[in-house]
Amino acid sequence: MNLTLHVWRQKSPADEGRMVRYEVTGVTEHASFLEMLDILNEQLIQKGEEPVAFEHDCREGICGSCGFMINGEAHGPLPHTTVCQLHMRHFKDGDVLHLEPWRSKAFPVVKDLVVDRGAFDRIIQSGGFVSVATGSAPEANLIPVPKALSDRAFDAAACIACGACVAQCPNSAAQLFTSAKVSHLNLLPQGQPERYDRALSMVEAMEKEGFGACSNYAECEAVCPKGISIDFIAKMNRDYLKAKSTAVPKPPLEA
Amino acid sequence: MSWFTDLYQSAVGKKAVMAVTGIILFGFVLGHMIGNLKLYEPGTYCAYLDASGTCASKPLPYLDAYGAFLRQVGAPALPASGALWIVRVVLLVAVILHMWAAWQVTRLSQAARPSGYVNQPKRHTSYASRTMRWGGIIILLFVIYHLLDFTTGTLNPGFQEGAVRRNMLASFSVWYVALFYIVAQVALGFHLYHGLWSLFQSLGWNSPRFNRWRSTFAHAFAWIITIGNISFPLAVWTGLVR
Repeated sequence: MNLTLHVWRQKSPADEGRMVRYEVTGVTEHASFLEMLDILNEQLIQKGEEPVAFEHDCREGICGSCGFMINGEAHGPLPHTTVCQLHMRHFKDGDVLHLEPWRSKAFPVVKDLVVDRGAFDRIIQSGGFVSVATGSAPEANLIPVPKALSDRAFDAAACIACGACVAQCPNSAAQLFTSAKVSHLNLLPQGQPERYDRALSMVEAMEKEGFGACSNYAECEAVCPKGISIDFIAKMNRDYLKAKSTAVPKPPLEA
Repeated sequence: MSWFTDLYQSAVGKKAVMAVTGIILFGFVLGHMIGNLKLYEPGTYCAYLDASGTCASKPLPYLDAYGAFLRQVGAPALPASGALWIVRVVLLVAVILHMWAAWQVTRLSQAARPSGYVNQPKRHTSYASRTMRWGGIIILLFVIYHLLDFTTGTLNPGFQEGAVRRNMLASFSVWYVALFYIVAQVALGFHLYHGLWSLFQSLGWNSPRFNRWRSTFAHAFAWIITIGNISFPLAVWTGLVR
């Protein structure tokens, strides 16, 4: 099949950037969306042009590296699918596709369709962990975890931090990502000692990054490739509000 | 106060404030609509019957008697119109906090995407949620008009203090005023629907036990309040109530 692409081209973070039109020919319907871009890039290289930069790693839909807007939808039109797992059979010959990077103040464009999602890393660093004494791994069944809780925690842990939630959100809010990461640990027994500190630190880290505020539009849930539920946003809000209302301030750490 | 200002610092805290003030304002509009149903009660109300059972005070339309009751409620423990003023102050504070927080989170969100998309993203969310900001502004303008119409009487033709039913008929007999009220109530209905659902999220009231009822609750009360409120101008305009 032959496609017309309008791709966001931006040489560097400082460059203004613009949409550039490309015709890509001879795409098989079995190709993934990223393989289609590989075909485009080969055609561009043969013409002596700069290939389109896009982020990718596993191409199995689990690493969270890939992702951009296809015709105004994060990861394209197929629900619960990252662009690497989106195949060209879901498009037809002659389609016109508009590709843009995630747009958010907290996700500066590095080049073309690649954005810097370091803001997510800093949110994780602020509390997305459990503090445990290191040593040999504890016996697996030492801490009993109710099945229902472990299932819910796993639903939250399915978040691959791709950033689609932020990209689709009219407010550019990072509530779905942050709440998935907060809830994943706050649901489990291992996460309880730091539960309220975690809610406080991660919400505050999120807001410091310059994401917008949640208006409960649920746009994020609609495009999340892992189907993360906005129920986790409510859970994070509850933990945060409870922490703000009842938590005793931590004494400063001794130097 | 430091607890409140500390909480209000964060956007999550601002949304919690919007939810709580929203609940207060929702309680008010519900009570306001139910009170106005007195428009439909036929006959007159007599405040004082003498020993023989005849009316010793001026018989009032039920709506006017209800209006007088709102001024007297709490007496003699509270001064005249005391309860009314307490409610007014609470509502005013709630409205100011609700709008102030809305303004701030809107600005925050606008700043979060300085360079927008060339192709506008597809929207999956409800019409109600997308129109919260403009809907809120329409409701604010409506409330200002409404106060000038029935509280101060500035815009009401031949306004009489305390003659609630007369003032209502005078206002809604003008077709464009009735139409404006109806349009504003539709805007309120949409605002209420998203607000009543959204507040559960903002306050973290989330449980598999009642999650599916949240949307039903929001739909039900948005419809009840909208239909109730629209019925008043419609009833006067069409001549069902004279």
